[in-house]
Amino acid sequence: MDRIPILKLGDCLLVTIQVDMHDQLAITLQEDLTTQIAKNASKGVLIDISSLEIVDSFIGRMLANIAAMSRVLDAQTVLTGMQPAVAITLVELGMSLPGIKTALNVERGMELLQEYIGRDTEPEETDAPEA
Amino acid sequence: MPPKLEVFSIARTDDVVRARQFVRKWSSDLKFSLVDQTKLVTATSELARNTFQHGGGGTMTAEIVENGARQGIRLTFEDHGPGIQDIELAMRGGFSTGKGMGLGLSGSKRLVNEFNIKTEAGRGTTVSITRWK
Repeated sequence: MDRIPILKLGDCLLVTIQVDMHDQLAITLQEDLTTQIAKNASKGVLIDISSLEIVDSFIGRMLANIAAMSRVLDAQTVLTGMQPAVAITLVELGMSLPGIKTALNVERGMELLQEYIGRDTEPEETDAPEA
Repeated sequence: MPPKLEVFSIARTDDVVRARQFVRKWSSDLKFSLVDQTKLVTATSELARNTFQHGGGGTMTAEIVENGARQGIRLTFEDHGPGIQDIELAMRGGFSTGKGMGLGLSGSKRLVNEFNIKTEAGRGTTVSITRWK
């Protein structure tokens, strides 16, 4: 059975999706990733989708699930490399992937992850306004 | 130039992937812009998945259509599954009976120029979409 490889890089996991995924492959990736996060006590997950030519509602849902599951397992997820045409289509489709952090490329995504892990805080957290 | 009409079977889960690749090839042969290609391929993915998952399999018919000097691609997804009980509900975003986000029908409608759906309980569903260049 085919699988998308997951690379371990320090306390992070790196996934590069380079094939046109059928639905089962996406589900397998979701399961493999959560298993690996727990096994390695990973703090960050970086998913690079620069070779993905489309993200439909199924793959979008899978990405949102991965981010949510990672969060529950105390890891942060960053999605990198989305092609502009994919971004336009995704928003028009009605998915804006709320709650998923993004970066333009893997390098910036890694920096972002390291920053979050270093700070050990929620990325979207800001100081509460004074009452 | 691709042939004018082709019927494509959607019987297995990887047929959804093949349908996407097929529509990608046609839309790039017709020199659709990258954004238009991406929109049509994404709509194909949503509808082919519906045909497979909800309709129990069926066909996709691809046609090249012309309107004066304008060229477009029309895709018709047909299944003989259970049909859609409440079409208004299904067309509203966010309604899902399956594993998706419920954006399949409403979302793909936004990605194309023309969208027609016919469904009858117990008889099946036919969705036809057209994207003009």
